[in-house]
Amino acid sequence: MHVETVLFFVLALMAIGGAVNLIVQRHPIHSALSLIVVMVALAGEYLLLGSEFIAAVQIIVYAGAIMVLFVFVIMLLNAGVEERTHVSRMAQYVGVPVAALLLIELVWSIRRGSAALPIQVSGTVSTSQLATLLFRGYVFPFELTSVLILVAIIGALALAKREP
Amino acid sequence: MVPVSYFLILSAALFGLGVMGFVFKRNIITLFMCIEVMLNAVNLTFVAFSRMLGQLDGQVFVFFVIVVAAAEAAVGLAIVILIARNRKSLNVERVDSMKL
Repeated sequence: MHVETVLFFVLALMAIGGAVNLIVQRHPIHSALSLIVVMVALAGEYLLLGSEFIAAVQIIVYAGAIMVLFVFVIMLLNAGVEERTHVSRMAQYVGVPVAALLLIELVWSIRRGSAALPIQVSGTVSTSQLATLLFRGYVFPFELTSVLILVAIIGALALAKREP
Repeated sequence: MVPVSYFLILSAALFGLGVMGFVFKRNIITLFMCIEVMLNAVNLTFVAFSRMLGQLDGQVFVFFVIVVAAAEAAVGLAIVILIARNRKSLNVERVDSMKL
């Protein structure tokens, strides 16, 4: 049993456990912390796949900025425990088995189709190769995303501003 | 070596859990977090396939998905603040004034 396989299963269990906890918890702050656990587990999975840059960006941007924004908003709005609203019995008794059935079917079809997939290459990817591709081939979408961020900043300011 | 299909199955399971949370939860902020779970699952698929094919385009796409998710989180949370200010509640069932 390779170290990598063991590591994959540990991180996968962490990610699945965090996602289940996110759904099960009733206070949004507990869900936010579970989501941070999911993101850190996925960063570990990216490291297993040899993508160091994406793993670092996931931790710094996703878990370090976006989730902090979520936590700030939860604290700012003083979000309380979710109310116990009535979920329809049909959704619980039919939906969850159907979702499990869908997952089993997905797993079966992925395993059936994965015989044709080539063997994974080993080693890591250099960040300079990624940067060359990003700034040569994808420079137009890159500049577009900077405009997108500017629009998002203006939009967030205009929406959340208090009327004088 | 971990087979690629393991990563794809993990990504499918995470996406399914995100969809289930999106359908069942009532708090707006928790709905947003389930959307982030779905985006993360798709990112994992991109990186796994980029690894398998030996091309880096998948990772460039993951970069763009993370940037767009950041912009969406900023604007979405501003909308959530507005809703909380107007409706005094974060329950998504209260935001139904456009219902027929």
